[in-house]
Amino acid sequence: MHPAFSIIVFTTLSGLGYGLAVVLGLGLLDPAALATKCAHVLALALISAGLLSSTGHLGNPQRAWRAFSQWRSSWLSREGVMAIVTFVPLLVSAWASVIEGRYLAVPGFLGTALSLVTVYCTAMIYASLKSVQAWHTRLTPTCYLLFAAAGGFVLACAFAFAGGGNTVTLPLLAILLLIAAWATKLRWRERMKNLVPLSTPESATGLGDIGRVRLFERPHVTENYLTREMGFKVARKHAAKLWRIAIVAGGVVPALLLLVLAILGGQGVIAAAVAALAAVIHWGGVFVERWLFFAQARHAVMNYYGS
Amino acid sequence: MTSLPSLPTPKKLGLVIDLDTCVGCHACVVSCKEWNTGGYGSALSDQDPYGADVSGAWLNRVHSFEVMPEGGEVVGEAGQARIVHFPKSCLHCEDAPCVTVCPTGASYKRSADGIVLVDEDKCIGCGLCAWACPYGAREMDLAAGVMKKCTLCIDRIYNETLEEVDRVPSCVRTCPANARHFGDLGDPNSAVSILVAERGGIDLMPEQGTRPVNKYLPPRPRKSLAESAHMLPLADNTEGAKGFFAWLDGMLDRI
Repeated sequence: MHPAFSIIVFTTLSGLGYGLAVVLGLGLLDPAALATKCAHVLALALISAGLLSSTGHLGNPQRAWRAFSQWRSSWLSREGVMAIVTFVPLLVSAWASVIEGRYLAVPGFLGTALSLVTVYCTAMIYASLKSVQAWHTRLTPTCYLLFAAAGGFVLACAFAFAGGGNTVTLPLLAILLLIAAWATKLRWRERMKNLVPLSTPESATGLGDIGRVRLFERPHVTENYLTREMGFKVARKHAAKLWRIAIVAGGVVPALLLLVLAILGGQGVIAAAVAALAAVIHWGGVFVERWLFFAQARHAVMNYYGS
Repeated sequence: MTSLPSLPTPKKLGLVIDLDTCVGCHACVVSCKEWNTGGYGSALSDQDPYGADVSGAWLNRVHSFEVMPEGGEVVGEAGQARIVHFPKSCLHCEDAPCVTVCPTGASYKRSADGIVLVDEDKCIGCGLCAWACPYGAREMDLAAGVMKKCTLCIDRIYNETLEEVDRVPSCVRTCPANARHFGDLGDPNSAVSILVAERGGIDLMPEQGTRPVNKYLPPRPRKSLAESAHMLPLADNTEGAKGFFAWLDGMLDRI
């Protein structure tokens, strides 16, 4: 599948933002601290930037408002609706912390729950597609949720070290979530590698009763929308290398940095900067992971295109 | 609303494509593009139309496959490989996954006749329906930014300003090999349903659970080349010749 830049930015940035919102909603950061106030603003900014980016690949973005209408059947529509609904408790929580310096439990928990539901809806857009077998598993939403939570906790550590909260519990929780996220992703990846194709050129053409089916000629000599969108193969040969880069940047490095910070018991600007760096590196790793999520997924239509 | 019709549609309009007779001429592809670029909705645009890297939106494409029976060979007298030309367009599925994923309500399946359509004024061009379709029946029009698909020539089949013979999809009207048939597959007594029953029409990718309306008629079994060739050595054989031919045979042997 074609890894559209706008979609990767959307899923990774909004995932990180919702993850941070989860931490804030649980009241794990001191609501009166300046760092926590900044965290509220950053969470909303990341979510908004991600959602705006998601409109970047639309053919007619001026009609995007129509996407709120079909929540009964469409996960994409549900995702849009939940994103808007989630803004309500998140804005209330942000107001309470930024303006009044206090934490409100009801909007907090509501914001946490709705943030997770929104990320779940995002993941289900992909997991609901039977035509892309690698995505069509419960592990897909699990991975999305764990990556959002892990990213949120790593990023929250930066604000904790800047004076917003506990500098031992939060980094340890972040490390645990990083391990859980990558372990689940590893299972997802193993499943993808061992897939027996649901559809084959034989079932796609119905000619399997006669014999083995091989594409003789494509319908057109040049590429078309389908082969560009569904037949993406660029740089697949680097997949193994990119996967290692994703794990190291997205998991190992941020986990080690946070572990060192937690052990040293650091506090203040330098510790916060190192934790922020860990969050940025983590985001880079997840970006690569998300690129692979799209680039390596095979679409059933490719049975008609001989690849 | 992008929910599918709750009851089976009373009519199931669709195509039956005969893989035995299709000659792969692409006439249906061209006539489809010609009709649909000028009628319903926005034009079917091409990108770089006169350049080397031309591409565009098409609602019908013909693939060609080589089918090789178990233990068959590609060339030689025993060559068993055969070419099957394979036209592919929207199958107007009963459980159309492209419809339910649509976030805007642009994609819908008509409850009266089962045709799957896109309301282009509502389409935001997100492309999710094309991802959901395992058959590659939907293609984005890059100029208009909306999704295009086979309409079963809805502007022909109900069009009373056309002569009755023309009230079929453009691809069906054009096919010179009579490999394409149009009709109501919900009616067991319709010509297309009888054809499907007689020839053992099949669904594409039944495992995807889409329940396509369009059916494909498999190619008829073919005699092998070797089987057709056993007559040839007889030309050398003069045994059993009688009368004048026996005498001629004897004379020719002697000289």
